[in-house]
Amino acid sequence: MCTVCGCGEGESRIEGQATDHSHDHDHDHPHTHDHPHSHDHDHAHTHNHDGDHHHYGHGPAHAHAPGMSQTRMVQIEQDILGKNNEYAQANRKLFGSRGMLTLNLVSSPGSGKTSLLTRTLSDLKQELSLAVIEGDQETSNDAERIRATGVSAIQINTGKGCHLDAHQIGHAVEQLNPQQRSVLFIENVGNLVCPAAFDLGEASKVAILSITEGEDKPIKYPDMFHAADLLLLNKIDLLPYLNFDIDQCIEYARRVNPGIQILQVSATTGAGMQDWYEWIRLARQTRLIGYKPQQATAASTPAR
Amino acid sequence: MHEMSLCEGILQVIEAESARQGFNKVKTVWLEIGDLSGVEIESMRFCYDAVTRNSLAQGSSLNIINLPGQAWCMQCSKAVNVKQRFDECPDCGSYQLQVTSGDEMRIKELEVE
Repeated sequence: MCTVCGCGEGESRIEGQATDHSHDHDHDHPHTHDHPHSHDHDHAHTHNHDGDHHHYGHGPAHAHAPGMSQTRMVQIEQDILGKNNEYAQANRKLFGSRGMLTLNLVSSPGSGKTSLLTRTLSDLKQELSLAVIEGDQETSNDAERIRATGVSAIQINTGKGCHLDAHQIGHAVEQLNPQQRSVLFIENVGNLVCPAAFDLGEASKVAILSITEGEDKPIKYPDMFHAADLLLLNKIDLLPYLNFDIDQCIEYARRVNPGIQILQVSATTGAGMQDWYEWIRLARQTRLIGYKPQQATAASTPAR
Repeated sequence: MHEMSLCEGILQVIEAESARQGFNKVKTVWLEIGDLSGVEIESMRFCYDAVTRNSLAQGSSLNIINLPGQAWCMQCSKAVNVKQRFDECPDCGSYQLQVTSGDEMRIKELEVE
């Protein structure tokens, strides 16, 4: 799946299970995702028509190749990341059909993402239905930390990969089967580059930047901060001990993304966390506008 | 970014299209690459040759159509050209810009036989 960063296709595992539909394909096989597989078909049909225009079957001889009888022009008009985007659209549709809010948490390694998430889950689990997809290169340590809070979690190990892709998320959601009106957190692999390019079908990307990192991170990794709707400045309790210029950091973040919202939080002391919870509540409310609940039976089976 | 794997993605699309549209050889590929996509063009060309070796696109030429980065300046209320995401407005110096185009990475069309 990964066409951006050279992640090995077929390397990823969801809770130890390979994601390549248990076919014994060589890992380098380029068509891993083209198996006659029901969800593949749905995607292609639903999304090729209303999204990009594919002019298949147009006859030979486009203007570029006059007089070349053997050759013909083929219109492709496909995004290089088009396949991922198709899977992302299918995920988005599923999330919409269940009235779910899905947040894609992105940051560098060590920003305190998992600590922030476990505190959030502990504080909100009585109030909201929650679920988590954890992405890491190896180990299920993070999913175990999440499960210790009592919230259901599923671990995706990306193997050589440096980000989660929409196809992995589709399978993880099938297995996790989140409830209607729930909030799904996807904790992406710690990396400020590649996850920016991969839509997972989420409502928003939430970037987490800890103040033990440099204040110029937003302009060093502009694509990620551009893609995020919310920036959480974490570890704010350490401010007295650091030379971190918060105003400068905020100014840099607004340069790459004038619309980004910024909250200062500390997952350790709890400072600012109420603001973050309020953001989640309101984001969830917007997802529920116009939402028509499915029948009770439909909730237990994936809508694809 | 990671041009080698972008080229692998291009080859995947080409191979899928060859099965669907019935062609065996690709002579030319046109890509649209935006200034803000993070793609290094020279690196892309180098990788393309390596990736397409021994494939149906071996020896094909790669044409890259460059698309400029554009943004909407909220202060000037007009579209301006930018080279990077955190560029200031070339006219008023404001950073209140919303990028509107330039992050494209698309395979536009192929010349095949």
